[in-house]
Amino acid sequence: MLFPFLIIACLTLASAAVAMMLRNLIHSALLLVLSWAGIAAFYLWAGAEFIAFAQILVYVGAISMVVLFAVLLTRPSRDVDLPLPAPTVLRIASGLMAAAMVASVLLTAVLATRITGGRSHAPNLTVKDLGALLAGPHAASLLVVGVILTVALLGAIIIAAPAPAERPEDQP
Amino acid sequence: MSAALPLSAASGANALLERLPVVLRDGLLGYLPESLRWIVSGLITIAALLAVFGLLFAYLTLAERKLLGRIQNRPGPNRTGWFGLLQPFADAVKALTKEDIVPREADAVLHYLAPVVLVALSLMGFAVLPFGRLLVPVELDSAVLYFFAAGAATELAVFMAGWASRNKYSLLAAMRALAQLISYELPLLLSFVPVIMLAGTLSTTEIVTAQGGWTLGFLPHWHVLTPWGFAGFVIFMIAALAESNRSPFDLPEAESELIAGHLTEYSGFKYALFFMAEYFGMCALSGMAVTLFLGGWQAPCAFLEFIPSYAWFGAKLLALLFGFIWIRATLPRLRMDQLTRLAWKFLVPLALINLGTAAFWFLTAGWSGPLQLVRWAVAVALVVVPFLLLGRRLTAGVAPRTYRYAT
Repeated sequence: MLFPFLIIACLTLASAAVAMMLRNLIHSALLLVLSWAGIAAFYLWAGAEFIAFAQILVYVGAISMVVLFAVLLTRPSRDVDLPLPAPTVLRIASGLMAAAMVASVLLTAVLATRITGGRSHAPNLTVKDLGALLAGPHAASLLVVGVILTVALLGAIIIAAPAPAERPEDQP
Repeated sequence: MSAALPLSAASGANALLERLPVVLRDGLLGYLPESLRWIVSGLITIAALLAVFGLLFAYLTLAERKLLGRIQNRPGPNRTGWFGLLQPFADAVKALTKEDIVPREADAVLHYLAPVVLVALSLMGFAVLPFGRLLVPVELDSAVLYFFAAGAATELAVFMAGWASRNKYSLLAAMRALAQLISYELPLLLSFVPVIMLAGTLSTTEIVTAQGGWTLGFLPHWHVLTPWGFAGFVIFMIAALAESNRSPFDLPEAESELIAGHLTEYSGFKYALFFMAEYFGMCALSGMAVTLFLGGWQAPCAFLEFIPSYAWFGAKLLALLFGFIWIRATLPRLRMDQLTRLAWKFLVPLALINLGTAAFWFLTAGWSGPLQLVRWAVAVALVVVPFLLLGRRLTAGVAPRTYRYAT
């Protein structure tokens, strides 16, 4: 049971690490996709089928597209390597600080979780149960997430909106 | 494959034909030691799927060329074998013997991986389709989600192909493919949510079971025969056309603008693999449409149940594939802005309204007698009125198009 977990963990971490080291952004993005797929594999290993497929659908299917689009649209040249200025104290410090903040958030989350001992069976949740959970006890957080996403979307549209089109070929 | 579902009221002859594939497999497994059976059983399923859909792919290309020829008033391939029946095999030999060219500037690894990933991902969808009463390769609780998760990653492979080729046409095609996927993923996913709402499950087997039975002995309870199901089916098929890069949504490989799009720098067998993936994807999405909306392997009438369930599934699948080919021969390609406009301004709002229609249908399930008529009228109005209003508003000033011919 532990062996598949080790393989999945190594694959996920290795692809994420290589994605960080590469200077080719597209390669990094594709490796990041592989790492997301690894996380989905981990969910599958843990018996959470629904969340595994949702992870693939959202991350591999949608978010990867947004990342690739952002890379392709923002880079003026597709020459392979990005120039990398020499590291300064400020950059090292800010990098370390960001890493420490993420690590502290994750660690508190992990430590705050009470892990009930013993092998428990995976709960037999149907989609209906998941829906009832989301619409019942967690309705408030769902609404907050929805509002935040809507605001972000509206902001993105306002920032990205061009002037009204005048050209005849833009008409339907 | 599981044999969990019992045969309902099937007669003896039906049961034999129905069980035949499972009996054959079990007979073969009988010769093997117990410890090997589970893996060989899986391998047999994979081999059967590959053989059936490989052959279907081969003859679908021929059928497409023949039908396109017929529609365009020309014979189509007719030189190899009788009526061109050996044409797919001649094509296969040609693809295998052609030189495989990788551009010098190309990203060799991604260029190689793209077709492989594409075919692998497009094959994965077949695993959860219930091909017959007893023929479900893998039973998953969230099978529908699995199917679309596997399908969502295919456009990533198209992007890899386009980007790795280091060709401006390929790169443009990759960008178009991404834009198309982002636009059409949403209506595709929204269009089948009503089915899951009404069936209350994500399992393909249970969705098909939920569509069993007949009203008055001849009206099947398929989802497509309800107002929300019909709207969902049409939206699903339009989005499926776009997802499988088929005409009129084949912008990533628009040959009049982009040479062959992301296929420009591919040759030989890799080129054939792209086509294979396109047809596999088309078959898988059609199979999903059959499962979700057209009653899966259910027979259309009670007295036709003597025909085995997998034959019904095949017949419905072939009918949808014929529709795909017909559409390709009929409709001109859309422009990029029209493509995204159709998805975001038309299909997504209609799919969202369709959720409301389905909710209404679900809440009024207890209505009977004259109230049943009210239920139908309200549901039909909920589908038709937004369609007409939205369509009129979006096409105001440009449709119907008038054509002037030279005199």
